Amino acid sequence: MIRKITTIGCMLLIAAVSFNCSDDDNDMKMETEAVFVLEDQMGRPAVNTVFVASEDKDTFNMTIPSEQAAAFASKFKTNLEALSPAFTQSTDMNALGQDATAFTNLLATDVLNVSLDGKTTFYDGVAENTLSGRALADDVITVELLLIFGGEDFSENPTLSDDNVSANDKDFSTSFPYLASPW
Amino acid sequence: MKTSKILLGLASIALVSGAIIAADHIDAPAVKGGTSDITDFYAFQGEDTDNLVFVANVQGLISPTDSQTASFDENVLVEFNIDTDGDFVEDYVIQAIPSNDKMYIYGPATPNETGANSTLLSDMYKSSVAITPYGTTAITATTNASSVSGVKAFAGLRDDPFFMDFAQYSAIVGGTATEFNNPGADTFAGTNVKSIVVEVPKSMIGGSGTINTWVTTKRKQ
Repeated sequence: MIRKITTIGCMLLIAAVSFNCSDDDNDMKMETEAVFVLEDQMGRPAVNTVFVASEDKDTFNMTIPSEQAAAFASKFKTNLEALSPAFTQSTDMNALGQDATAFTNLLATDVLNVSLDGKTTFYDGVAENTLSGRALADDVITVELLLIFGGEDFSENPTLSDDNVSANDKDFSTSFPYLASPW
Repeated sequence: MKTSKILLGLASIALVSGAIIAADHIDAPAVKGGTSDITDFYAFQGEDTDNLVFVANVQGLISPTDSQTASFDENVLVEFNIDTDGDFVEDYVIQAIPSNDKMYIYGPATPNETGANSTLLSDMYKSSVAITPYGTTAITATTNASSVSGVKAFAGLRDDPFFMDFAQYSAIVGGTATEFNNPGADTFAGTNVKSIVVEVPKSMIGGSGTINTWVTTKRKQ
C-alpha cells in the first residue's frame, strides 16, 4: 500500500513538472514506469454513437464511468426523446418496462453488465438473461433499435426497429479465439 | 406514433450528432480512425464455462489490402476494466500492450491506480502471445505463471464481428430514406479489425454474480 501511494505521488510529480522521482528503493522502476492516459472507452455498443451529441463525444470518452451518469443522464434523455418522441409521454416505456428516465439512466453509465453465473447475452428474449453480457452473435443494433422505437412490446415502427442484418458475414467459432479469420 | 414525427426526430438528432458511426467505430473526433480507436467490445462466457472471454477490437474497416500492413500501436495500452462491487470503479484490470511481434498481457489483477491514468501491473502478472501474422493460422497461448495461471490470449487481425446496415441507418438519419431495407446490407462485411481476445478463469474476476466491465485505450506519455 505504501509503495502504491509513493508511486502515485511520483506519477503526479512527473505529470506536473517532469520531475524525476528519487525514492531510494524504486528509483530505477520509476524512470521506466510509463503512464498511460485515457483516449477512448466503450461499454455497451453504440452508446456514444447514438446518444452523445457531436460536441460532447470527446468529453464522454474522457469521463470515467463512475462520473458519466451525473454528467450525461439528462442529455441522453433529451436525445432519446428527440429520436423517439413517444418517450415524451410519462407512461411510455420500452420493452424492458423502462420509461425515458430509467432507460437513459441505465445507458448513461456506459458499462457492459456481465453475469458470471451462466448465460451471457445482450438480449435473447428470456427476461432473466437480458443484459447479461454481449456475445459475438447478438444482434445488438436491432435490440437497441427495438428498445428505442419498438414500444412496449417491440411491435411499433417495424420499418425503423430492425435493420434486417441479423448475422455476421462469417461464422464464429465455438472455440478460442471465437472470432472468424480475417478477409 | 407517426413515422413522419420519428423521422423529424431522427433528422434533428442527425444535426446534433453529425456523422454517426456504428458500435463505437470512429465514435469521437479525437480518436477517429487512429490506432487507439476502439471499434467494439464483447464479454461472454467461454467454451469452458468456468471462464469469461473479453474481446477488444481497434482500428476498424481495414480492407484485405491494408491488412498486410496494419499493426498494433506500441504506445497504446488496451485495458479491460472490471467492477465487481457496483460502484463503476475498476476492481480488476487486464492490460494488453504490444512490443515487437508479441502482445503482452498483464492480469487480471488489482490495478495500481483507478481512473483515467494507468501504469502497467507488476511483472508477476505478465504473460504473452505472439501476434498472429496476417494470413496465418491463429496463434494462441495459455500461461502457467502462478499469479495468472490459465489466462489465454490471442492478438491479430480478425473479420470484424460487428454487423449492421449502417449505410441505410445513415440515409434514414440523413433524411434521404424513410425505412430500413429488407434484406439489409452489412456495411462491415468483408472488413477486418485488430483484435485482442483474452479468456480468464471467472475465479480471478470475482467468481460469481454480475460484473460491470468496459474497455479503454490509453496512450503512453
